[in-house]
Amino acid sequence: MSQNILQVTDLSMRFGGLLAVNGVALSVKEKQVVALIGPNGAGKTTVFNCLTGFYKPSGGTILLDGQPIQGLPGHQIARKGVVRTFQNVRLFKEMTALENLLIAQHRHLNTNFFAGLFKTPNFRKSERDAMEYAEYWLEKVNLKEFANRTAGTLAYGQQRRLEIARCMMTRPRMLMLDEPAAGLNPRETDDLKALIGVLREEHNATVLLIEHDMKLVMSISDHIVVINQGTPLADGTPEQIRDNPDVIKAYLGEA
Amino acid sequence: MSKSLRSALFSAALVWAVAYPVLGLKLAFSGVTLVVQNASTGTLLTIAGCSLLMFLRVLFAERIGGLRRDSSRPLIPAKASNFLTLPSTQRWFILALVVLAFIWPFFGSRGAVDIATLILIYVMLGLGLNIVVGLAGLLDLGYVGFYAVGAYGYALLSHYFGLSFWECLPLAGLLAATFGFLLGFPVLRLRGDYLAIVTLGFGEIIRIFLRNLTDITGGPNGISNIEKPTFFGLSFERRAAEGSQTFYQFFGLEYSPIGKVIFLYLIALLMALAALFVINRLLRMPIGRAWEALREDEIACRALGLNPTVIKLSAFTLGAAFAGFAGSFFAARQGLVTPESFTFIESAIILAIVVLGGMGSQLGVILAAIVMILLPELMREFSDYRMLMFGALMVLMMIWRPQGLLPMQRPHLELRK
Repeated sequence: MSQNILQVTDLSMRFGGLLAVNGVALSVKEKQVVALIGPNGAGKTTVFNCLTGFYKPSGGTILLDGQPIQGLPGHQIARKGVVRTFQNVRLFKEMTALENLLIAQHRHLNTNFFAGLFKTPNFRKSERDAMEYAEYWLEKVNLKEFANRTAGTLAYGQQRRLEIARCMMTRPRMLMLDEPAAGLNPRETDDLKALIGVLREEHNATVLLIEHDMKLVMSISDHIVVINQGTPLADGTPEQIRDNPDVIKAYLGEA
Repeated sequence: MSKSLRSALFSAALVWAVAYPVLGLKLAFSGVTLVVQNASTGTLLTIAGCSLLMFLRVLFAERIGGLRRDSSRPLIPAKASNFLTLPSTQRWFILALVVLAFIWPFFGSRGAVDIATLILIYVMLGLGLNIVVGLAGLLDLGYVGFYAVGAYGYALLSHYFGLSFWECLPLAGLLAATFGFLLGFPVLRLRGDYLAIVTLGFGEIIRIFLRNLTDITGGPNGISNIEKPTFFGLSFERRAAEGSQTFYQFFGLEYSPIGKVIFLYLIALLMALAALFVINRLLRMPIGRAWEALREDEIACRALGLNPTVIKLSAFTLGAAFAGFAGSFFAARQGLVTPESFTFIESAIILAIVVLGGMGSQLGVILAAIVMILLPELMREFSDYRMLMFGALMVLMMIWRPQGLLPMQRPHLELRK
């Protein structure tokens, strides 16, 4: 069995008197797709925010490749390779699709002021490589023809795909998708499923996702973690979760 | 009908309410007291005429609108406007302007060259503020503070240490950048309106500080007799100081008083062009893209591993540096700096230039600087109504081109096929 990339133990997040997340544990292995599910308001996005440094967790440990990352600022966690999308798409709407992808590579580019001022060969090469990599991914998500369209004018499904491509530009260790299928029609959802499959097979991506579309979750996940009202409820393979009476109760209420 | 009649009557009354106190009443001295006089019958008739026109305009607004819709054509045809905002067109346009800008002062009048120099100072300031406001989206109302730092930087260094303009120029820029960096640190965690208020405060603090530091800065009197820039050590005065030559003596030319003005203009032009070049490059560098991304969505930036503080700080610092360069040139041109040159209204004018030109657009900023500085100069004869016309211009802009004179166009990046 491959090694754990992400190991979360006893994670808790408190907002004043409200314990939004309490004792959540999860572990993600290399090339796995792990889903985090639960009813509305269960604290799934709060867990995401803790993992990506947007919130500072009140307790627990988060280990990325064995290194603790809890409490680090968001951009540092992102630099360590944990990159996320958002529930409501957060693209740079006034900028073109291509520029969106170039920004995500910021860290890998030559940002030297004088190199850019005088367009040194080194700078040109760095920019050209970035363009090529962006082009590669635009092709992957079928958006190449829209490269110079401003991101805000793309269709919703395309925006979702562009956001995933933008994450991949950072060469992430782990990709975190917050409700990637929200607002997509069934065909687009199928495309998304295929895309996640490609990411995993061809690009060794490790994915942690929040999703409400059970059909999608059950078909792509290797492992599912269910939380309810901030506390872990169940944890297992899709089959185990489907038959778990507690999960059914939480979703459908007392029979 | 009754509704449009009512709104028409209201508009007509509004014309009276606005125009009568402004144009229809006059203050006059009667001995030592001020009395209010009615203006001439002619003025009152004009106001009445205007209000009647307004009445008719509003009354038949729908019918006029219908007429216009029949021949619905925008102010500038879409094709032409698209062509005008294309990057390649803008580049050629800029090139032509640059050549023209180098040649015309030799044929222009002294006054015109002087105003052009002033415009160029504002172009520099506008370009600098454009980084902060237009690109990085940080509303900075205290930009004039850095301008003051640059101006006083040169004035003080020249006054106390006898450094020349060319030695002080980079120092003044550096000084202003340092100020931008230091002030940026605490304020950049604020957003939007809060940032605006705090920067406004900083701008005023710098001015008041300079005014109260009487021992060093001369307080409200400022520093006078600041040295003018020289051409490789050759001055443009009628007589040179001991042991040096004037430009005219060295080249065996006859002294002409306009030479100094043209020289200052050319320096300003070179500085503005340098600023234009540097900022243009910055836009196409990763840092330029990061500024815009930050304006669009700070949270997404953070999720992608960009450090918002560093990016904001770089925008603030670079913007301040350009203000510093402009400031030191301003001090050299005026030969005098006082705190009163750096009041809030200056910040407002520079901001107006950026917004008027179209946020983020370089050419727009240049055009707006020309409009903003030239119009008040041209309207000197109507000095009473200068501000009124200024306001009218702003309102017209808001209606016709809310996105600015020349809105920014996204660079089109070519992918290899």
